[in-house]
Amino acid sequence: MESGKLPKKNLLSMQIDLSKFTPASDEDKQQVDIMRESTTFFRDGMRKLFKNPLAVASLAALLLIIIAIFVAPLVCPYGYDDMIEVNGVRDRTAKNLPPMTYSENEKAFIAEGGKVFPHFFGTDQLCRDYFIRVVYATRVSLAVGLFASIIVLIIGLTYGAISGYFGGKVDLIMMRIVDIIYSLPDMLMIILLAVVLDPILGSALSGTVLASLGTNMISIFVVFGLLYWVSEARLVRGQILSIKENDYIMAAKAMGAKSGRIIKRHVLPNCMSVIFISIALQIPAAIFTESFLSFVGLGVQAPMPSLGSLANAAREGLQSYPYKLVFPSLVICFIVLSFNLLGDGLRDAFDPKLRR
Amino acid sequence: MWKYVVKRIALAIVTIFIIITITFFAMNAIPGGPFQKEKSPLPAVQAVLEERFNLDKPLIVQFGLYLRNMFRGDFGISLKTGREISAIIGESFAISAKIGAAAIITALLPGLIFGSAAALMRNKWPDRLIIFSSTVFVSVPSFVLATILLLVFSLKLGWVPVWSIKNPSYILPIVALALYPMSYITRLTKSSMLDVLNQDYIRTARSKGVAERWVIFKHALRNALLPVITYLGPMAAYILTGSLVVETVFTIGGLGTKFVSGITNRDYPMIMATTIFLAVLMVIMTLLSDLVYKLVDPKIKFE
Repeated sequence: MESGKLPKKNLLSMQIDLSKFTPASDEDKQQVDIMRESTTFFRDGMRKLFKNPLAVASLAALLLIIIAIFVAPLVCPYGYDDMIEVNGVRDRTAKNLPPMTYSENEKAFIAEGGKVFPHFFGTDQLCRDYFIRVVYATRVSLAVGLFASIIVLIIGLTYGAISGYFGGKVDLIMMRIVDIIYSLPDMLMIILLAVVLDPILGSALSGTVLASLGTNMISIFVVFGLLYWVSEARLVRGQILSIKENDYIMAAKAMGAKSGRIIKRHVLPNCMSVIFISIALQIPAAIFTESFLSFVGLGVQAPMPSLGSLANAAREGLQSYPYKLVFPSLVICFIVLSFNLLGDGLRDAFDPKLRR
Repeated sequence: MWKYVVKRIALAIVTIFIIITITFFAMNAIPGGPFQKEKSPLPAVQAVLEERFNLDKPLIVQFGLYLRNMFRGDFGISLKTGREISAIIGESFAISAKIGAAAIITALLPGLIFGSAAALMRNKWPDRLIIFSSTVFVSVPSFVLATILLLVFSLKLGWVPVWSIKNPSYILPIVALALYPMSYITRLTKSSMLDVLNQDYIRTARSKGVAERWVIFKHALRNALLPVITYLGPMAAYILTGSLVVETVFTIGGLGTKFVSGITNRDYPMIMATTIFLAVLMVIMTLLSDLVYKLVDPKIKFE
């Protein structure tokens, strides 16, 4: 073999035979196009969630309820604590009306050509429109659920993040405290604290803005802040333990970032999706608890209604006015069912173990 | 194994002590004592009363005395009725325990059956029906369920008499208490059964020709039961707190009613005693369910 016979090629020269190439057709171009945008864990989960009809329906139902409780007081001319008035005069005949009926005075007023806004859910024993009371009760119950969940989120997130990030002895001690709080029977402790906080807070708060909320409402929040954060803290800690092993955390540390910055910038944003799901599941639990406390007589104070206290008040005269029980009960069940279905949908969409 | 048992019992004792401490000091933080100065006729009478109930001693000494009396089964007297609280708890808990035990059985057996049925008939109509109804029942608070049952079956239809001491009918309260845990157990059993049915040992059992019913009873169900055992503690807690409202709705003279009326009357010694009693009961139930779980879980036996 003589190498000299072949023409010497410069390895770096562009000796390309152009006849071997053709311009790309449209079909070829299409193949290089990005078919699907790169997706994050959160976006992928959301896409799956919106394919689940039950979850979408419950989300829509919840939105509908939220819109209703904001719009209804604007449309409906009655107040939640005001006696019904006909032509500017208090109507004492409008007591315990069945749904969609009018009182004697109202009938007379209508006969004269006046217009009366219908009582969709009837009225209660103090001549108050029951529909608007249920609307306000729903507001209260949802607000309690939401705020309680936010309190739980803030405390649980901070505690779990510190415990999980620092690890070692700090983690050990912090988690023992969580273990002990976790093993306390929560409902009993809530009842106990609600009983105790009522007289203590009552004198401390009188005259401040918080007094208008009612001591029981505040004690519900205090109780949630003291007891319910532990499962959230455990969840966050578990997430952080797995996230902090990632290389980007090491890179941030190597560049000299402080712990607080690493937790805020790198760790927490990555466990947000799991935390969102736990919040969706926390809200119905809080609504359950609030309605339970109101039913036992430790919830929000009269005249402010809550769904639990309305159901409790309906027990008197249950046989004669069953609708007073039915409406608030239906709303509680509907809200909790929607949140539960939404929570199930979120779990199915985000839990990698269930993905097939 | 023994190390775990000792550790678990120690945690339970610490928890019980913390509960008693919290309850005692929280109750004493409420302003105003049982013998208010304005209402008492004479300072001398006030002093005698305070000495009789040890109210003149420092709080920490009172706590020690309370603990000592508690171990002797003495919770003091109810402010409302003046009766011994231990006697009230004793007689009312007998009723509550009966209802509670019946509710646990009512929740457990149908829950296991429905859950397994749903898993075995996955994606067929019985599965859908069972899962749909259990999802709905999980969303109904116990007091709503109790009141609606009372309204429909006792007041409107008259099928079940309203509860009275002479003519006690326990069926509605038991159903009201059991429906939520039953639905929860159904969902729990279904998911754990599905998990187990996908395991290799089930395939092995089937491939070596074991009859299907033995595959299910001997291999699948036994393993699927494990998560249900861990739920026994929370279920006992749910039934105990649920009994507060359910007993109140049905006006049953059980411990729950006594607790709620204690709350309404601000009968602090009664609230204190009942809280401690129920809390200790819950801690013990959780302890038992944890220990049973460790005992029957084959995966940790050889560690």
